Amino acid sequence: MAVSPQDVSRLADLARIELTDQELAELAPQIDVILDAVASVSEVADLDIAPISHAVQQTNVMREDICTPSFAPEAMLAGAPAVVEQRFRVPRIIDDSNAQ
Amino acid sequence: MSSEYSTDELMDYDEVMRRFDVVLGLEVHVELNTRSKMWCGCSTEFGAEPNTHTCPVCLGLPGSLPVVNKKAVEAAIRIGLSLGCSIAPWCRFARKQYFYPDMPKNYQVSQYDEPIAFDGEVTLELDGERYVVPIERAHMEEDAGKSVHMGGSTGRIQGSDYSLMDYNRAGVPLIEIVTKPIFGTGTRGPEVARAYMAFLRDMVRALGVSEARMEQGNLRCDANVSLMPKGSTQLGTRSETKNVNSLRSVEAALRYEICRQGAVLAAGGRVKQETRMWNETGEFTTSGRSKEQAEDYRYLPEPDLVPVAPSREWVEELRASLPELPAAKAARLRKEWGFSELEMRDIHGSEGALDLIEATVAAGADPASARKWWITELARQANEAGVPLAEVGVSAEQVARVQRLVDAGSLNDRLARTVLAAVAAGQGEPEVIIERRGLAIVSDEGALAAAVAAAIEANPGVAEKIRGGKVQAAGALIGAVMKQMHGKADAARVRELVLEQLS
Repeated sequence: MAVSPQDVSRLADLARIELTDQELAELAPQIDVILDAVASVSEVADLDIAPISHAVQQTNVMREDICTPSFAPEAMLAGAPAVVEQRFRVPRIIDDSNAQ
Repeated sequence: MSSEYSTDELMDYDEVMRRFDVVLGLEVHVELNTRSKMWCGCSTEFGAEPNTHTCPVCLGLPGSLPVVNKKAVEAAIRIGLSLGCSIAPWCRFARKQYFYPDMPKNYQVSQYDEPIAFDGEVTLELDGERYVVPIERAHMEEDAGKSVHMGGSTGRIQGSDYSLMDYNRAGVPLIEIVTKPIFGTGTRGPEVARAYMAFLRDMVRALGVSEARMEQGNLRCDANVSLMPKGSTQLGTRSETKNVNSLRSVEAALRYEICRQGAVLAAGGRVKQETRMWNETGEFTTSGRSKEQAEDYRYLPEPDLVPVAPSREWVEELRASLPELPAAKAARLRKEWGFSELEMRDIHGSEGALDLIEATVAAGADPASARKWWITELARQANEAGVPLAEVGVSAEQVARVQRLVDAGSLNDRLARTVLAAVAAGQGEPEVIIERRGLAIVSDEGALAAAVAAAIEANPGVAEKIRGGKVQAAGALIGAVMKQMHGKADAARVRELVLEQLS
C-alpha cells in the first residue's frame, strides 16, 4: 500500500508534530516500509487465530478498591515545566485567533 | 468575551412543536464513589489540596502500569444490568487520544467498540404517559483533571493567558451511559430528558455506586438534539450541549436548543453540527467547537490493560443482588396504596418520603394517613429545620403509633400534630408527651355534653338556625366547644352531641 505525503501530514497534525514538506515526502515511503513489514503478519494470521492486544494472555487482572498513599505533590510537580500554586502551569489552551 | 445575554433568534416552543419532531440523544457521565481511582490507589476524595492525590499512574508517567479497580467494574455491570443491558462476556479498554491538558497522558482510557454493557432500555412515566429511552451502551472510563484559567478577566478559557492544572480528579472512575436516538417524545422532549436524568440519579444512588451530587459534577449530561420537519424520516443535524449539570438545566438547555434550531431551520438556514456551551446564569447556549470534521481520536486497544471477561456466575450474582429500583418501587407502592398520580407527585417532591411512608405503613399505619403526616406536618418541620425528612427527629414507627392513637379516638388530628411536633423537638416518645402535657382527647361524655350545652346557650342565634335545619351552621358551635375543651375533643363526637341536643 502506498502512504502519501498527505496521509503523513494528517498523522502529523493528529500527533501535533510539525513537519516540512520535504520531511513529509521523505517519511511517506519509510512508513510504507514499516507497514509492509507489519503486513507480513497476515501471512500467518487467520480467522482461527484471535487478534491480541496484550502480550500476556490473561483476563480480569483487577485490584481491590483500596487506597494507597499518593506521591508527594512536590515530587509529582518536579517534572513540570512550570508550577504555580501547586498546580501544573500550561500554556494558553485556546488560541484566541480561532475564538469567535 | 461573551456577555450574559443571547443573540440567537428563537422560535416559539409551541410553534416548533407544530412544525418539527424532536430527536434526542443523551450522554451521561456518572462519577463512581469508589475509594480509590480507576487504575491506581490514589484517593478519589473531593476537595483535597491540588495534586495531592496523584502518582505516576494517574499522571501517565512513562513506565507506570494501570490496574483496573474491581469495584468500578462491578459498578459498571450493576449499572448495565439496571438499565436492562446485556453484559459483554469479554471486552477491552481503549485509548482515546486527544491533546488537552486536563488529561496528562494525552489519551483517556475508555472503551470503544467493546463496551461492557449494551442494548438496554429505560421506561419513564410522566403523568401517566410512558416514554421509552433506548440505551445504546454503558462503558467504563476515567475522569479528567480540573483546570483554572488565568489571566483573562472572566476566568474563562477564552482570553486567558495560561491555565493551571490539578490532577486529583484525573483517573477517577466514570461510567458513561449513552442513549440511542430517542424518538416519540412529542412536545415533552426536554421533560423526558429531565426525567431520565432523575431516573439515573435515583438509580445510581439506590445501587450505592455514586453519590450523584450534580452540583459536584458526579452526574454530567451532554445533551444532543435535532429537529425533523413533521412527516420527514430524515434525521436533522444535531447540536451537542456539553456539561449540563442540573436537572433543571437539562430541561432548559434542550428547550433553548429546540427553539434556536427551529428559528434557524424556519429561516431556511442549516443547523451547524457543533458543540454548544450552556450558560447557567443567562440560560442560553453559545457556540463552542465546530464538529464539521469528524474527530479522529485514533482509538486503539489499551496495551497496558488486559481484557475484562466477567464470568456468567459473577454477572448473575450481581444481578441477584440488585436492589429494587426507585422507579419500580414507586410504581409498585402506588398500586398497593391506591394513590393517584398527583398524590405520588407530592411524595416524589419530598426526598426520602417514599421510604418513610413505606416504613410507616409497615409499622401498621394506613397509607393515606402515613402519607398525610410525612408530606404535610413532618415535611414542614424538616423544611423549617433545614434537614432532610429522614432526619426530622421522628421515626416511621412513632408516626404509626400516633396514627394508632388517632384511629382509637384518643387523639384528633390537631393533637396528633402537636404530639409529632413535640417528638420532633426531642421531647420524647409520643405516649410520654401525651401523658405529660395532657394532650389526650377528653372522652368524659358528661364534660363534653356540658360544654356543648354551654356553647348552645352562649350562641342562641346559631342554635336557632340549626334547629331550623341549617345543619352546616353547627361548625360555629363545634368551634366554640373545641375552644372550651382546649382542642382536646373529638370533633365528630362534638358534632353528634350538638345535633342531638338541638333536635
